Amino acid sequence: MTSIHMKDQLVAGTIEIKGSGGDSIEAYYASPTGEGPYSSVIVIHHMPGFDDATKEITRNFAYHGYRSICPNLYSREAPGASPDDAAATARSMGGVPDERLVGDVSGAVDFLRSLDDTTKKVAVIGYCSGGRQSFLAACSLPLDAAIDCYGAYVVASPPEGAPLKVGPILDKAKDLSCPLLGLFGEEDKFPTPEEVAELDRTLQDLGKEHEFHSYPGAGHAFFAPNRPSYRVEAANDGWQKIWAFLAKNL
Amino acid sequence: MCTYLTEKVSVVGSGKGANGWFKVTDLSVYFDHPVHAPFGHSLNLDFLNPELGPSYRLALELNPATARALAQAILDVLDKIPVTEEDEQQSFASDS
Repeated sequence: MTSIHMKDQLVAGTIEIKGSGGDSIEAYYASPTGEGPYSSVIVIHHMPGFDDATKEITRNFAYHGYRSICPNLYSREAPGASPDDAAATARSMGGVPDERLVGDVSGAVDFLRSLDDTTKKVAVIGYCSGGRQSFLAACSLPLDAAIDCYGAYVVASPPEGAPLKVGPILDKAKDLSCPLLGLFGEEDKFPTPEEVAELDRTLQDLGKEHEFHSYPGAGHAFFAPNRPSYRVEAANDGWQKIWAFLAKNL
Repeated sequence: MCTYLTEKVSVVGSGKGANGWFKVTDLSVYFDHPVHAPFGHSLNLDFLNPELGPSYRLALELNPATARALAQAILDVLDKIPVTEEDEQQSFASDS
């Protein structure tokens, strides 16, 4: 076989890491293979789960020069299940408790900081429900940067009777450990522009470094290229904002 | 949006999924992102049996008009036949 010299080579695959409570959980890991040192990004998947689209996002961070890992938040409820079945099972069981989420992200941080050839700098990013969880992680753990992509229920309460274990977490803003990039759609109802404005004001009052962008004509999940909510202009600009933010803070 | 809003229903019955027929014990009803239907959101039904595992699942992703028509059709069918109290209370012998 002919040997092919590759630049920008990366490796990606599923591994096991220690999560909350020392539990062994599945995670998708992607990394450049060249010489480091590397900074890292933790990707928190959306409610539909540990799916192909989220793994592609994880690989994209590796392509851009970051070690990246996405813990499977549904590892315990549905080990080995397909992402959609796992998401349905997790939803039926009440979703991911906040404390466990923080423990799983903490486990991912420990894993990344234990690797050779690392700057030990770690960012977290999450989409949709993962946006809220990214903010939660950044308010609970010492991180270097956090990105919240349209996370709902940071400010507002979930609908009456919602069985999932989530609630507003604005009171945690005082503990935000790192700069926060927020990317939102002006047409989104979860979170509404008013909720985004309230979070912005709260962080301003607390003197917490943050940078928010809200895109006109974009609603929820505007980054998702496999969904009708995709908005190319907002997504392209959002990715540019992400690369600049990570370059500045990692 | 991730609406989070989920109605849960206890179920007595059977469904056919990827593993063939199985006993259904739980139903989740929610309006959220679909996996397959090309809509932003859909009315989703997950018929489940958590004891058997995540892959024992019968899933539907419907547009709201279809979901309303389905709900009405179910009520219409039940109203048109004389369903007895005994019919209403049928269960699996293993549950009694």
